[in-house]
Amino acid sequence: MKSSVIIFPGSNCDRDMDVALKKFGFDNQMVWHDDSKIPKSDLIVLPGGFSYGDYLRCGSIAGKSRIIKSVIDFANSGGLVLGICNGFQILTETGLLPGILQQNKYLNFICKNVFVKIKNKENKYFKKIEKEVLKLHIAHNEGNYFCSNDELKSIEDNDQIAVTYCDHEGNDDEKNNPNGALKNIAGIFNKDKNILGMMPHPERMIDPFLSGEDGSIFFENLIESL
Amino acid sequence: MIEVNEKIAIEHGLKGDEYKKICNLLKRTPNITELGVFSAMWNEHCSYKSSRKHLKKLHTRGDQVIQGPGENAGVVDIEDDDAIVFKIESHNHPSFIEPYQGAATGVGGIMRDVFTMGARPIANLNSIHFGSPDHEKTRNLLRGVVKGIGGYGNCIGVPTIAGQTCFDESYNGNILVNAMTLGLVNKNKIFYSKAAGINKPVIYVGSKTGRDGIHGASMASAIFDDKIEEKKPTVQVGDPFTEKLLLEACLELMAGKSIISIQDMGAAGLTSSSIEMASKGDLGIEIDLTKVPCREENMSPYEIMLSESQERMLIVLEEGKENEAKKIFDKWNLDFAVIGKTTNSKNIELFFKNEKVAEIPIDFLAENAPMYDRKWIKAKLPKENNFSKEQFKSLKLGDCLKKILIDPNIADKEWIWNQYDHTVMGDTIQKPGGNAGVVRVHGTNKAVAASVDSSATYCHAHPLTGGKQVVCESWRNMISVGAKPIAITNCLNFGNPEKEKNMGEFVECVEGIAEASKYLNYPVVSGNVSFYNETKDKGIKPTPSIGGIGLLSNYKKMMTMKLKNEGNYLLVIGKTEGHLDQSVFARNILSELKGPPPEINLFNEKQNGMSILNLRNKNLIETCHDVSLGGILTAISKMSIKSGKGIKLFPLNGLVNKFEYFFGEDQGRYIIEVKPENLENVENMLKTDSIHFDKLGLVQGNKITLENDLKLSIDDIKEGYKNWLKEYMVN
Repeated sequence: MKSSVIIFPGSNCDRDMDVALKKFGFDNQMVWHDDSKIPKSDLIVLPGGFSYGDYLRCGSIAGKSRIIKSVIDFANSGGLVLGICNGFQILTETGLLPGILQQNKYLNFICKNVFVKIKNKENKYFKKIEKEVLKLHIAHNEGNYFCSNDELKSIEDNDQIAVTYCDHEGNDDEKNNPNGALKNIAGIFNKDKNILGMMPHPERMIDPFLSGEDGSIFFENLIESL
Repeated sequence: MIEVNEKIAIEHGLKGDEYKKICNLLKRTPNITELGVFSAMWNEHCSYKSSRKHLKKLHTRGDQVIQGPGENAGVVDIEDDDAIVFKIESHNHPSFIEPYQGAATGVGGIMRDVFTMGARPIANLNSIHFGSPDHEKTRNLLRGVVKGIGGYGNCIGVPTIAGQTCFDESYNGNILVNAMTLGLVNKNKIFYSKAAGINKPVIYVGSKTGRDGIHGASMASAIFDDKIEEKKPTVQVGDPFTEKLLLEACLELMAGKSIISIQDMGAAGLTSSSIEMASKGDLGIEIDLTKVPCREENMSPYEIMLSESQERMLIVLEEGKENEAKKIFDKWNLDFAVIGKTTNSKNIELFFKNEKVAEIPIDFLAENAPMYDRKWIKAKLPKENNFSKEQFKSLKLGDCLKKILIDPNIADKEWIWNQYDHTVMGDTIQKPGGNAGVVRVHGTNKAVAASVDSSATYCHAHPLTGGKQVVCESWRNMISVGAKPIAITNCLNFGNPEKEKNMGEFVECVEGIAEASKYLNYPVVSGNVSFYNETKDKGIKPTPSIGGIGLLSNYKKMMTMKLKNEGNYLLVIGKTEGHLDQSVFARNILSELKGPPPEINLFNEKQNGMSILNLRNKNLIETCHDVSLGGILTAISKMSIKSGKGIKLFPLNGLVNKFEYFFGEDQGRYIIEVKPENLENVENMLKTDSIHFDKLGLVQGNKITLENDLKLSIDDIKEGYKNWLKEYMVN
């Protein structure tokens, strides 16, 4: 399976994603933001970081970068596009995913382990994962998901919520909401479920010596279902 | 053009006789640009004029040392072809004036020092000291500093893996922000700042030069008064995004063979970087300031030379490699300009709009910089306190423990490190909150441990003992995670060196550091000195911060302080005499501030540490935690809280009373967890090595208990310990 990770100036989880994809069997290549073409891929990943410094709204400049047109074309033709953290922010800026990511509720950067509940397994990202709750890791300042009531209704009607913040038993209530995200949303799909944006970093949880191993489950499923 | 005279020189932070020396050396009056250059090079921060004499006493050698003090950072060998580049640096004065930018640019500056040498930064650490929690400025300063450190480090994508936060009223008017970075480099691909060869192009890369930070280094060499708000413009503004680009571009260029020498523009900007490169290479340098990329219009030569704009580098390239290099910087959208060349004149010559605006022999600025043998007084060892039985009579162990666990210097600091990205790069195997942070050497079985420590209370009570103690504390933190201690970097934060008492504190702390690091073969390979941490005549307690690093050849052997299994034994390694003077217990419970700090026995320190590493290599111990502030009971409480497992303590059978035993801060001690089946073996090995140990208790249940004296559930102690800082910051 071939994957491509896009490097924007300011991306800083590109190497971690490369390591993770290769570990689970992807033939991964890195693609520079100023290129216009993406090599043939089964999966495109927009990694975490601070693209172009994120001095404007997070992800907004990356959303207008040269490479992004190819990403949009690829996504619109049904290709799998995964955006993690800053990648999620970029996907909302391009309009590929609805809603926005605001600054965290308590205005602080948060770096810690969280639990997320899988809300929809009818897609390639979570299809064969047996667990209902995954332990992942977040590290962001702008992960507070928000959208209009109409958008929310459409997201819910189309089962677009991918994962929500919860406790180890899967209670996704306000108590287990680290950043103020609407409905505890940690990640969403587009309508066709080929695009996934999420704040948690599965690539940081791929080894028992790191914070945990549930990231491995995510990647193992991904390569299997492709 | 401003006419230079003694008054103007003094306004630049120079002393009257220093100005006379400049005129004598030049045999004329310097112009304003030249005066600016002298003031930047001769201030305390850049010239080490008060400290140089004593820094020579530090122990800086060892088989593991590839590069000791004097370069951008120290370099040590970590086997195979790998080396670690590391250094700690202060950014105290700017952080007090503008906490966010001060702290952020402190982090940016130290990372540049490390990647200048060709290393990719792999971990950041910090040591931050604030005034009393009751002081009106503390909360905002803490918030700003933490945000600044996070804002910069998180953006670059380097994990912040450990740190230290202290509160003491002596920092009310002068906080301390010390930032440390570790980088990984192939030991055959290290870059140095020494220029070589004549007519080699001098290249400027990175951000444009603005008017920010002019005289930053001079500001950091002076005490504060009522007008500190006016000093805000001397604080630089950080741009971590540009630094990230600069990091990647420099590493890309370094992969080739075009760089002769490279130096970041830190304190005193273009002035110190160009002069240091030329001075080390025994060369001259010629710079056309018209070619320096400027952010603002009409900047004068004086301003260009003294700007401390961040994210800039100076490079001496091989001739003919300019285009190859420029391509890389173009790709990363960074400024690139050939601004001068190396010469054989041994002078720095500055040109602006086709006119020579300064010419100074490099020797005058570097080697002829003033060096002072300042007067100092030796501190006396304070008399021991004689605590009476009456003082302990009404005390209960549990109440004392709960009070100590919410002491600001003991309470949990998760509120802080949750704001730092500590997991990016995917190799952090021990997070903040343990004995040391640990990161794997990417793609190998090795890992590097690092911590930062300071003990201002001990250093204040007796500087010589305090200096030794900090080194030992750092050493113990390495041992506690199972790492072999390799080397240290020191950040020496002191008051006004022109005062004999402050100077004495500095001299004796340095001597203490030297003695301990020599004995332990734990050499100092880099560091910096920050004097004049004084406001309106009130100086800080002497605060040397020691950043230590250690090596784990096999990261799977790393230890944490988290208790493992019910029924395992806990042992205290090292002898407990019950030293309460200068302890948290004495201050917090008995309100006693006087007395000597605990004694340091370097022989025991080394023996105890080596024994623990030996036991770990034989897989005989499960968990380890060093005993520091708050003594044994505080140490085991933290272990219990981390793991959610209780401890049944055995009855005491020594002469030491229980408060002295459980809260004494004797040195050289560790708590270890041992499986029952290994106990005999461990005891025998310790006896053979003549290591003192006590059997302390068992891992059991979910309470900490001691006969009728103590019964506390973990939840009971956890709440205060975990919440103190969070609640303090919200209120």
